[in-house]
Amino acid sequence: MKAIGLIIVVLAGALLLYSTQDFPSWGDPASPASTHIATYHLTKAFEETSVPNVVTAVLADYRGFDTMFETGVIFCAGLGCFVLLRLFRNRDEDSYYRHVATGITLHIKSAKIPDVSSEFERIDTLWTPYDLIVKTVCRILAPFVQLFGLYVIAHGHHSPGGGFQGGVILGASVILIAISHDMRTAIGRISEKSIHILMAVGVLLYSGIGALCILLGRNFLDYASLSRILFTNEIEARSLGILGVEVGVGITVMAVMISIYNNLSSDGRLDEGL
Amino acid sequence: MSDLVVTILGKYNYWLCVILMMIGLYAMIAKNNLIKKLVGMNIFQTSIILFYVSIGCKKGATIPILHHGAGHHGVDPTHYINPLPHVLMLTAIVVSVSTFGVALALAIKVYRKHKTLEEDEILMQLRSE
Repeated sequence: MKAIGLIIVVLAGALLLYSTQDFPSWGDPASPASTHIATYHLTKAFEETSVPNVVTAVLADYRGFDTMFETGVIFCAGLGCFVLLRLFRNRDEDSYYRHVATGITLHIKSAKIPDVSSEFERIDTLWTPYDLIVKTVCRILAPFVQLFGLYVIAHGHHSPGGGFQGGVILGASVILIAISHDMRTAIGRISEKSIHILMAVGVLLYSGIGALCILLGRNFLDYASLSRILFTNEIEARSLGILGVEVGVGITVMAVMISIYNNLSSDGRLDEGL
Repeated sequence: MSDLVVTILGKYNYWLCVILMMIGLYAMIAKNNLIKKLVGMNIFQTSIILFYVSIGCKKGATIPILHHGAGHHGVDPTHYINPLPHVLMLTAIVVSVSTFGVALALAIKVYRKHKTLEEDEILMQLRSE
């Protein structure tokens, strides 16, 4: 099997390398990929959308359909992880609790103890993250990470950034809390229910802005029609429409990243993470 | 011989992408562990992403964010790199992360049922049923 695989791989690689003879050389400004539609985007994007970052303009306006369905793919991936892994029955194994005042650890075998208690706190079975420095630094750091994520989303018109990148940063801040504390703390901050609502809200915001454009008398995702309700000219309306769909993308990406992490790391039980 | 070296150096971006792709493809075909197959798939995706980004490159150009005020009096396309491959790969990166999550979820399901992630052991269990 390994020999056959090696032969196939070497054959495929040799064919691809043979075909690179006809490719343009690296960094050639006259290469076919850079001469046709890309030139139009670079020269016209600013006067048509007033967005200096051409990548954002192409992503959310010229190729708005593509990005909307990519967001749908991410939404489906989050739902797929949830459907495949989530278990709604409780863990059969024993659980561990710590008495807060004395620090004594209790090993409970299949007894009913409420999750919320002021005297006892639940701790993880395999390894308990109990490091004051790591916990404190991560707790202080998380709001700044979230602020940076919001900046990346909101400033995507003028600098590298946008909904996808900012959404991943926002999701990473919650995952940081989940890693440094424990999974129950992170779920206490943003519950599973609200994560799922946010996943749907992002896609709804994107397609809703598209549908609003139909209601205002233009094509689907033609943001120029938004000028009638935003009281601006058509070019500014395109810029604001791009901002709206980027926010939708960011919300969906953030929620899906948290959902995938929660389900994967806790084996679908959402009680004890990494 | 020197012609070959010049040819390779002129298009070394394609050579690197093809070599990465071969590594990923070999891992997907020949490795026995499902997680190693998934890592091979991720290397394959990364090579495609690098390939697209290297297509968009132009010598002496900067990132496709127009200078302040540049949009009002004509943009020279040779001063900015091609934005299209970046747009395509920006979405592809996030989608690849999400699909990788689904693949890991499937691997966890397989592990729950068969208690192993080695392909030959799973096949043996399936045949003996």
